[in-house]
Amino acid sequence: MEDLLQPMLNGLLLGGLYAVIAIGMTTMFGIVKLVNLAHGDLMILGSYLSLVLVSWLGFNPFWTLLAVVPVMFFVGFFVQGFLLNRVLGKEMEPPLLVAFGLSIILQNLLLLIFTPDARSLMTDLSIKTIPLGGSVNLPVLYFVDFLIGCAVILVLHLFFKNTYIGRAIRAASDDEIGARLMGINTKNIYAYAMGIAMMTAAVAGVLVGMTFTFYPHTGPQYLIIAFGVMIIGGLGSMKGCLVGGIILAEAQLIGAQFAGPGYQLLIGYLVLLIVLGVRPQGIFGKV
Amino acid sequence: MSESLALKVRDLDIFYKDFQALWNVSLEVREGKIVSVIGANGSGKSTLLNTISGLLDPTRGTIELFGERIDGLPPHETVPRGVTLVPEGRRIFPRLTVYENLVMGSYTPRRRSKREETISKAYELFPVLNERHDQMADTLSGGEQQMLAIARAMMSEPKLILCDEISLGLAPVIIKDIYKRLGQINQEGITIVLVEQDVKRSLKAASQAYVMLEGKIVLEGQPSSLTEEQVKNAYFGI
Repeated sequence: MEDLLQPMLNGLLLGGLYAVIAIGMTTMFGIVKLVNLAHGDLMILGSYLSLVLVSWLGFNPFWTLLAVVPVMFFVGFFVQGFLLNRVLGKEMEPPLLVAFGLSIILQNLLLLIFTPDARSLMTDLSIKTIPLGGSVNLPVLYFVDFLIGCAVILVLHLFFKNTYIGRAIRAASDDEIGARLMGINTKNIYAYAMGIAMMTAAVAGVLVGMTFTFYPHTGPQYLIIAFGVMIIGGLGSMKGCLVGGIILAEAQLIGAQFAGPGYQLLIGYLVLLIVLGVRPQGIFGKV
Repeated sequence: MSESLALKVRDLDIFYKDFQALWNVSLEVREGKIVSVIGANGSGKSTLLNTISGLLDPTRGTIELFGERIDGLPPHETVPRGVTLVPEGRRIFPRLTVYENLVMGSYTPRRRSKREETISKAYELFPVLNERHDQMADTLSGGEQQMLAIARAMMSEPKLILCDEISLGLAPVIIKDIYKRLGQINQEGITIVLVEQDVKRSLKAASQAYVMLEGKIVLEGQPSSLTEEQVKNAYFGI
């Protein structure tokens, strides 16, 4: 039992990071019914943007958030406004293909500029731990990831609840024509929504960059995590995103403790399969 | 022009791909009046309202709102100019609260600053919405949802309000109540276009009526001057 405490703690903290990785994607799915296959790559783009600032200007990765988050807002705004909005409302496939194409372009662009070398955003937090008694230690960087992840979800929740644009995004997702009739330019609203989703992806990208190493091709790996979180938590649900993130991360880390690190990913997806079998709409999903 | 026109529709043709839904429709609505458009299912009434509000683009023809051309403008440009549609099927936002639904009605920038004022006016008009203001809109009864749809449209401070089938599926007492509120709205000087299948009620409320059949206007006049026989024949195309 004693052995389990550490992976359980790590799983909980990692869950917060998984949630922030998935929140932008689940938001876009909930609103526009768009499966953004480029979500992982756009997130990694955020990691590289941060890397540029860190290595050129010597910034601490946390400070780069101040620049990367707004830049990624505009990236998202233009991706939706000029690419995805054009193919929206036709069928399911065209937006899927555009997003997939964007994913490939981004990966190769990053490969061209940054070479396939492994990168990481260095902070002195990554080696710090706080002993919690017994053999359990609190890894500070994971803890920071978790806190920032929760903060992002809380801020997003408040944004959707209390602002005109946030409410308009929800209104447009409830009834698009109804929203248009109230004078809401829904295409514009979708661009804002994607911009906001990319702001969360920027945060996720910087956190992932600090916590793990990344390559130009790492994006799809996180896309899969985002999918897993979305499916476990319930498509389009923000609450579900945090819970889904924690369940997936716990399953991975506790599973790794029992079966060995080689089985970490497999066990995560076994839990995903079980959720799909028992409650296909996800824990907080609506039927 | 002696009396100013709120709405002037001229020679409107609408196509859904190859299918022509409206044929040469012309209609005039004088400011401050209630005008009724009646017709059977599929006669083009909703198409007409959707085109005026900007959801559909006319293939031919013009639409003038208080003398200004609005044909081809999307709803986010027609709403600030003073025309708002209460759509068929209400189209309220089910997972937003009653209050938030009303807030969305005042979305266009110039209306936002006066939001609390217009919301209290809406609550005055429909007190039941005030009682329910924190409830999700999908928990409301059908009649309350219809009231919410009308109140939400009023939030944009329209000069002209288009009502599409507002009595559909509601109990007679509630319809009566809603029509009473519409009368109050009209008293404030707001022009109303009513599209209804409930012929009797809407003719009673209106000062001018148009009857549509298969995408064309087949009869028009003051309800008092139209005989039941005339309306029936126009309605069914006999």
